[in-house]
Amino acid sequence: MLHIKCPYCGMRSQNEFSYGGDASVKRPELNKEISDEEWDNFVYNRKSLRGKHLELWQHLSGCRQWIKVERDTTTHEIFNTYKADEEIS
Amino acid sequence: MNQKFRLENGGLINRDKKLSFKFNGKTYYGYEGDTLASALIANGVHLVGRSFKYHRPRGFFGAGVDEPYAIVQLYRNNETEPNIKATEQELFEGLEAKSVNCWPSVNFDIGAINNFLKIFLPAGFYYKTFMWPKSFWYRVYEPFIRKAAGLGVASTKHDKERYEHKYEYCDLLIAGSGPSGLASAYAAAKNGARVILAEDKPRFGGSLLTSDVNIGNQSGEDWAKSIISELKEMPNVVVKNRSQVFGYYDHNMLVMSEKVSDHLPKTKKHHPKQRLWYIRAKEVLISSGSIERPIVFGNNDTPGVMLSSAAKEYLKVYGVLVGKNPLVFTNNDSGYETAIEFKKNGINPIILDSRVNPQSEIIDEAINLGIKINFSYVVVAAHGYKKVSSADIAKISDDKKQLGTIENIKCDCICVSGFWTPTIHLASQSGNKTKFKEEIDAFVPGTSKQNETTLGAANGIFTLEETLKDSFIAGQDLSKKITNKDNKISFPNVVEKKSSQHDKFWCVPLPKGKSYKRFLDFQNDVAVSDIEIALKEGYRSIEHVKRYTTLGMATDQGKTSNLNGLQLVSDIENKVVPAVGHTTFRPPYTPISIGAIVGREVGKHSKPTRKSPMHSWHEKNNAVFVDAGVWLRPRYYKQGNETLFEASKREAKNVRTNVGVCDVTTLGKIDIKGPDAAELLNRVYTNAWLKLPVGKARYGVMLREDGIVMDDGTTTRISENHYHMTTTTAQAANVLSHLEYYLQLVWPELNVNVVSTTEQWAGAAIAGPKSRKLLEKLFPKNDVSNEGLPFMGYMESDLFGVKARIFRISFSGELAYEVNVESNNGQFMWEKIIELGQEFQVQPYGTEALSTLRIEMGHVAGSELDGRTISYDTSLEGLISKKKDFIGKRSLNREAFTSSDRQKIVGVIPLDKKTSIPEGSHLVKDAQAPLPNKKLGHISASCWSVEHDNPFSLAILKDGKNMIGEKLFVMSPLKNKVIPVEIVSSHYVDPKGERVRS
Repeated sequence: MLHIKCPYCGMRSQNEFSYGGDASVKRPELNKEISDEEWDNFVYNRKSLRGKHLELWQHLSGCRQWIKVERDTTTHEIFNTYKADEEIS
Repeated sequence: MNQKFRLENGGLINRDKKLSFKFNGKTYYGYEGDTLASALIANGVHLVGRSFKYHRPRGFFGAGVDEPYAIVQLYRNNETEPNIKATEQELFEGLEAKSVNCWPSVNFDIGAINNFLKIFLPAGFYYKTFMWPKSFWYRVYEPFIRKAAGLGVASTKHDKERYEHKYEYCDLLIAGSGPSGLASAYAAAKNGARVILAEDKPRFGGSLLTSDVNIGNQSGEDWAKSIISELKEMPNVVVKNRSQVFGYYDHNMLVMSEKVSDHLPKTKKHHPKQRLWYIRAKEVLISSGSIERPIVFGNNDTPGVMLSSAAKEYLKVYGVLVGKNPLVFTNNDSGYETAIEFKKNGINPIILDSRVNPQSEIIDEAINLGIKINFSYVVVAAHGYKKVSSADIAKISDDKKQLGTIENIKCDCICVSGFWTPTIHLASQSGNKTKFKEEIDAFVPGTSKQNETTLGAANGIFTLEETLKDSFIAGQDLSKKITNKDNKISFPNVVEKKSSQHDKFWCVPLPKGKSYKRFLDFQNDVAVSDIEIALKEGYRSIEHVKRYTTLGMATDQGKTSNLNGLQLVSDIENKVVPAVGHTTFRPPYTPISIGAIVGREVGKHSKPTRKSPMHSWHEKNNAVFVDAGVWLRPRYYKQGNETLFEASKREAKNVRTNVGVCDVTTLGKIDIKGPDAAELLNRVYTNAWLKLPVGKARYGVMLREDGIVMDDGTTTRISENHYHMTTTTAQAANVLSHLEYYLQLVWPELNVNVVSTTEQWAGAAIAGPKSRKLLEKLFPKNDVSNEGLPFMGYMESDLFGVKARIFRISFSGELAYEVNVESNNGQFMWEKIIELGQEFQVQPYGTEALSTLRIEMGHVAGSELDGRTISYDTSLEGLISKKKDFIGKRSLNREAFTSSDRQKIVGVIPLDKKTSIPEGSHLVKDAQAPLPNKKLGHISASCWSVEHDNPFSLAILKDGKNMIGEKLFVMSPLKNKVIPVEIVSSHYVDPKGERVRS
């Protein structure tokens, strides 16, 4: 079971969180004309990365905040966690 | 029965407390502190089971967790448990156990015919034999294998024992209380670190209990005792025996199973049987020791052949002789320690040492004691069926390939030592990249991935002095980093005998003309010849060899067989062991009972139960409940001998003619506040929300980004910046997360707050033509006329002094209202509705009537919004705004979603107007068509229409728009039904929707 540092609540067990997928995906702006390909990339297409991955988790049984977690998908090492609006260097 | 193999004195057992127990129906005696195994051996019982494949007689091989054979069915306090190792089960008064995998008895076992068929039972036998004919699999092969396989029988009774889970955090978790565990725990504890020290056996001390050493002028055993008692007194230390750390998971989380009551005849009141510990440790010290390795020779599975360390443990810990005429077969000095213990107790062992001319202190001691030693000698084969009676021995050439003249000597046990294998399971599970250590022919932990350090024998260090030194330092250094304290500990003086180099010899060659089975894996009956066949057949990867031959599988996990198996594969392949590599060590290290894994989450505690504030009223009024997610909802209120069908019809009918009341507390409720609340709703729902006036409700549908309908419900504008959203019962949690996702991540600029208020409001739906009359009685001060409170109107009022919200919304399709009050007033509201509704013939109705009402109205619910349908499919496309963008809109122009024959919701009536249509049935054009018969759609929901008094169903049908009036067939292969039906509009009652507006 992973141990995830919620930027608001501190270190918590994985079972308090729910997984939210790739954090680098940006939703296209509302009312903007975009191609089918761009839309498909947003809705469906994900890279199944091996290694460092920035992903979303929601602290569901805690503060209910969506956070960003930088995790290695092979070793499960967590390098850093960020608030949703935090700058990531 | 006297214990004829029990020594007069010695051992750590309590001779003052004699215990009686039964094995295979026969009564024996042992002492407190015995294991079932030591007590049986004391009574001369060595035949305890039959082997897995060949049903060969099985005795004892080890003295603890390493035991591959002695697995029994245990009976304790009217419960039975399979898969219990006799070497781990502590004796208690009245214990009963039986052998497994034998029928009709362990002495006469019919399955043993497999032993004579063994040439027909090679590696992969089951794979090869049971392949064809296919039809035989279910009828013949599978039942046969099921009967033949398995070690023991699980009870089918409810387990009345309690199992607990515990979560714990510590600075250092130390697995194993041998010398390295004790030393590191002591050093870390002295530095103030929070330490958990876990020992799987009942006694602390590990190898110190059996070895002849001296630490700080005390015997090893006494030193262990003094350290443990000091640790137990320290507030920062938790010391646990009978506790196996069996799994090392991510982020330094380990799981430990503590057997709290298994050693007692009966679990004490308020105690659990077992406790599972989830431990998150900053540092983990693995001091799990090592397991003695067998040497492979002919018939080496005969009862009486066992590890020399086990023989020594039975002697020193339990005061029990495994035999009175022992043969010790060794390739290193450990066998001598066992022989010396025998000799000290008046027994004359013979040592066969495969080495040519080894020299060490221990060997000298054995010689001085007058023990007979044969160098360059090996055991070629054991003889005896149910117990060893003699052994063929021979001189072996220096290159270990040629056997000399074979002689047969009498013996009643053979104690084998093929050197030591470090127990690296936990380190390997943590992700440690293990490395092969040439000097000890075994793998040891290499580069750590997590915060784990392996010490002592588990790390391939077999001298006590070095082990203690390493462990004191590791305990000190790791704790210093955490506590910033540095308490210097002086190393105790250590006295131990120096060992000579072991011999890399591990397998005795077969003499010419003999075909003895030489076993590698004792639990799974894997012999040298099986591995040879697997390799001949082309299996190369060790992982494949393992699965094909079952080497190292099952509960044993290769504890004694792993390295010899690898040696053999590398010998045949002409490789070195590290090039072959080892198979993955997976948790659990030892079997864990299902009860311990489940913990307290059994029966009604397997999930939380949510009850509405009106629950006790429902109970008192004969409600029959149904699970709705984790909610309990009244399905119907039973009157007299009514069936579900009769009751739901009565309840639904009463809504259509008078008035009914339904508990709708379970609907998800989300409170939405903020200046941008309308904008959020406008983006989330498919229809327009910006112009909804205060005091009005609106129905809305929300999509996922892929265009599929996610949920529906009404949202009411309470005040300028305050909305009350309702969701379906099932989707309440998902919708809240969905809103939070968009507010926090996608549109953080929107100034809106959302919070669940499902639990804060109790809800009652009042539906039926007389509902307004009832409402007038409930709220006499308010104008609830069609003008005062029109359809989709909202009003705040008080219900006899209780704050109430009134929504004029309808799921039943009748004139209807939903009244919400704060939860703690729910029961009061409900009782008032029932009381004042008497003159209008009010009746409560459950979910079954609720479904009937919505189905015949053509209102969609979860069975239509099933994660596969879009707005068009459910005839909700009228609610799609063309003017604005919203979540999922861009997906709606996908080709499949816009095709002209897209599926759509329709109504279905059986032509005979009698036959009920099973939900989930398929709709087909031609009932006689050959299979696969093309499916045109499926029945999503069925009811008995109370309005028309005949069955009515909803279906999602291909090109449903153009199918009204068509005749089709409903097919349900599950119910074996074919029903001719007519397709009609999904709005079967009040198609214009006049009632809700009346």
